[in-house]
Formats: sequence, structure tokens, C-alpha cells
Amino acid sequence: MSRLRDWLVAAAVLLLGRGRPKRRETRLVAAGPENPGSELVAVALFLAAALCAAAFPVLYALDRLPRQTQLLGVAIGLAFAFLAAAMIVLAKRVVPDEELDENYSLPSVPKQEELVGIVEESTDRITRKRLLGLAAGAAGAAVGVALVTPAVSLGPVFDTSGFYETPWRRGRRLVDEQGRPLLADDIEEATFYTAFPEGADKESIAAPLVVVRLDPATIALPAGRESWAPDGIVAYSKICTHAGCAVSLYRSPLFEPVEPAPALVCPCHYSTFNPATGGTVEFGPAGRPLPQLPLVVAAGGELQSGGNFSQAPGPSWWGVRMRRPT
Amino acid sequence: MTRRALLLGLLLFMLAVPGAGAQPPQGIVRPANEAALSLQELGSQLFAGNCSTCHGSRGEGIESARPSQGAGNITGLGPSLVGVGARAADFYLRTGYMPLGDAGEQPRRSRVLFAGRELDALVQYVASLGEGPPVPSPRPERGDVARGLELFTRHCAGCHQVVAEGGFVTPAVAPPLDDATATQVAEAVRIGPYVMPTFSEKQISDHDLNAIIAYVEASKSPDDEGGWGIGHLGPVPEGMVTWLVAAVALVALCGIIGTRSRS
Repeated sequence: MSRLRDWLVAAAVLLLGRGRPKRRETRLVAAGPENPGSELVAVALFLAAALCAAAFPVLYALDRLPRQTQLLGVAIGLAFAFLAAAMIVLAKRVVPDEELDENYSLPSVPKQEELVGIVEESTDRITRKRLLGLAAGAAGAAVGVALVTPAVSLGPVFDTSGFYETPWRRGRRLVDEQGRPLLADDIEEATFYTAFPEGADKESIAAPLVVVRLDPATIALPAGRESWAPDGIVAYSKICTHAGCAVSLYRSPLFEPVEPAPALVCPCHYSTFNPATGGTVEFGPAGRPLPQLPLVVAAGGELQSGGNFSQAPGPSWWGVRMRRPT
Repeated sequence: MTRRALLLGLLLFMLAVPGAGAQPPQGIVRPANEAALSLQELGSQLFAGNCSTCHGSRGEGIESARPSQGAGNITGLGPSLVGVGARAADFYLRTGYMPLGDAGEQPRRSRVLFAGRELDALVQYVASLGEGPPVPSPRPERGDVARGLELFTRHCAGCHQVVAEGGFVTPAVAPPLDDATATQVAEAVRIGPYVMPTFSEKQISDHDLNAIIAYVEASKSPDDEGGWGIGHLGPVPEGMVTWLVAAVALVALCGIIGTRSRS
């Protein structure tokens, strides 16, 4: 108990006695003129920087403003400009500009003390030290907050279950961009189609599909997916499993004996997936196959989903391979 | 010493022989009395001399390699041309895609080796091999450029890049469309050369195709609202400019700000 008290006393002494060192009686360098006007300018510039930087998260939160990107750029750009202007004013007008013309000699103990003294005296010209410090602190803090604000867009941190939800259910129809149902007979070979779940949010990462028709003789899907490709029509998530770009390239040879086989290619980093073997990775940085959606041809010839994806769609991170889509 | 020289000679010979075989055939084989021949005769003779090693003597195609036959050690392998029509012949010949040096390589835009009348003759001959589509005559002036951009973004930009500067599809090249004429764009969309997908009239109607071509024409000289287009290639050259030009300028500015004023 007494030991705790000793510690507390020691801490209090340290904290309270931390204050200013004793003032020197004699100045080392002649005192420069005080310049309160320039200090006020610097304070005003710091506050302007803080205001502009604080506007950044506000603009960021007000999503979908017209010209939002430009406004964000103006806010952070002005903040940095004001910050730079304040620094220039401080450097040119407030901090003393001593030029020491002396031959370099080995530092001795009194010399060191003298240097420390000069540094301590250098702030003597500043009349509103605390105000200036506060303004600079406000500008720094606001710019710091503005810089980390975009991290909010990286996605949910605590509840990631939304990543595994897909709108695909057995019997859900495939529609095109205009909402017209896709007919199996309309799907031609050597070309590709983009499809969405009927009546669901197209912006959802699990919504878009790429649909292609292959020669049924060339299809070799993994075990258990034998019925997933009626008449050679296969459907995969259009979102690359590497970085989440849209898989918008379809490699479709005109003359197969000398040309590369059909493949789905992502334009971002050229991950190449084989649609005939369940979307397996043939080339590129993708770490897992494209999730495949089982297809069913309904009585009217319309393409329908036969269930959910083979894996969770979307770019891969450490958890995605372990969880099934819901 | 002599043995070693012999061995070296043998080694060089072994290296040289397959090398010589892989050389692409140079030039075009032409009939001697070209001007005297009718268009159909000229076409058939040019086809026999320059195309038949890969496409077969009657354009029936060669689906599997024939190592023992063919001139210049070309083993064949080429698609059938029966029914491809004047459209495909016109496209492949007038872009310089054909003739190809090696059956396995990607056809690329290159110098057209045939003269004007020879092209007409070959196109007519290939069209006569079987009933096929004619050379299209698109009307890009009837197309809406804004709609063309939308369609181009949906169907073409994935490979050809949004201002048609070209790109890659592993392991092939999607060519830039700078030199593609309106007719050639219309032909390529329907043919799907090499690994390009084909787009039927159900997917892209002739009306939409006009809009796409209008956009391709507009993309050849885009309005660079931001000033310098930096090759219209996107983030890589833009990043280079940022690091090599803007960053250097900023460091120089910092240097200027940091120097002491001489007063």
C-alpha cells in the first residue's frame, strides 16, 4: 500500500514538476521583434485548414451529392493548401531566422547547453503560443480524420453475414438488363450474356451472372454438378474471385484446333476461368474458381436458377471459402 | 580438335533445320498472266497458290495436321471457308489478317499483300465456295454516338478498352480500333475473328451496330476534357505522369519553399 502511495507521489511530482525550466538570466541571442499580426494570420490559416478538412468527412457522409468527388477533392486540397500557407507564414515571419557563421568544432558540454538555450529562446518571439498550438493541433487532427474517412467504405467490420447472402433461389428466373427473361433457345454459342435475378437488387455483388453456351461434349463439370448445365448452358458469378471486378471478357475461338479454348477472362488482372470445368482458374491471380449457379430450363423455355451458387460469390478473403452462400 | 569442330557443326545443323522450317513463307504466289485472267480464274489461282495449304484445295478446311503434305512444310490446320461468304474474305484480306505466316499465330492487322484486283478476285472466289453473308454496308451516320458508347461499354470495352485502344485476353491481343473502317467493325462484330465472341443480330441489331460504329469513329479523336489524354490508356500512364512529372514538380516546389530568403 505504501509502495502504491510512493508511486503516486512520484508520478505527481513528475507531472507537476514537468513545467518550464528555469529562465536564463542572460539571453544568448538578441530578442527578435514580436510579430503578433503574423501569428494571427497563421492561426486563421490553421483554423481554415481545420474547417476544410472537417468538411471532408461531412461531404463523405452526405452520399450521392452531385459532383461529390470534385467537392471532396476541393475540401482536402484546400485543407492542405491552408496548412502549407500557415507553415510558410510561421517559418518566414514568426520563427527567428538565425544564421550562425562558425567553424565546425567538436561539441563540448557548454556548447550543447548554449544550443539548447538558443532553441528554447527561439519561441520567445511568439506571443500567443498556446493559441497557435491549439490551432495547429485542430488543423492536424481534422486533416487526420479526413484522411482515414474513406476507410469507412471498405465494408462492414462487425457483421459480415451480408457477404454470404445471395438472391438466387431454386426457381428464380434469369433476366437481362431490361428485365426480360432469358430463353434457353436464345442463348447462342460463341458469345456471352449478362443475367440478373428477377426482381432483385442488381447492384448486389451476388446478382450478376455471365451465361454462355458450350458444346455439351466439351463440358466436364466437377462431380455432383452433372445437371447444372442443361443443353450446355452454364452460368457463373460475373464477379471475379480475385479483386471483385466484372468478368466481362469471353474468349471464344473461331477455329479451335489452333486457337485457345473458350474462357472467361477478367479485364483487371487477367484471371482466366474455364467455363467447361466449373470455372476453374487457368491463369492469373484468382485463388478459387468462379462460383457456378445451377441452371434449369423451365416449361416455357425460360432459364431458371436451380439453387444457390457453388461457393460464396465475390472477391476472396480469408473467410469466404469456409462459408456456404445463404 | 577436328572432332569438336564436327560436333559443333552437327549441333548448328540440327538447330538450323527446324529453324528454317518454322520460317513464314515470304511473299505472294501470283499467276504469270494475271491481267489476262478473268476475276473468277484469278481468284481460284491465287487461292490455290496462297490459301489452300491451310484452308484446303476447295476451301473445305483442314481440321487435323498433315505433316507430310503442303508446300513450305506448312502442316495445314485452317477452318473451312465454305459458307463464310464475301463478308469474312473481305475482312480477313483487307485488314492484312491473311495470309498468316504460321497457322497457330493470331492474325494481326498488317500490310495488305494483295493488290486491288487480286483482293476483289479472292473475295469473289471465297464467296463462290458456298452461299454466305455479303459484305455489310453499315450506316454509322444514322447511329447515335451516346447510345453507341453505352453499347460499346457493354459489349466491346471489356477487351477493346473504352476508347477502343485495345487490350489483352489471355493469351491473345484485342487490337486497337484506330485503323478499323466502319465496314471492318461491322464485319468483325458478326464474324468474331480469332477469340472474339460473335454477336448475332438478336444481340446487336444492325441499328445498334450503326450506333457502335458511330462511337468507334468518335473514339478515334476523343475530346480530351481534362487536357492531355496521355494515350487514353488509363491508370498506368496516368500513374507514370503522377510519379515522374507531378512528384518531381512537388519536390522542386518544396525545395523552393525551403530555401532561405536572401534579405
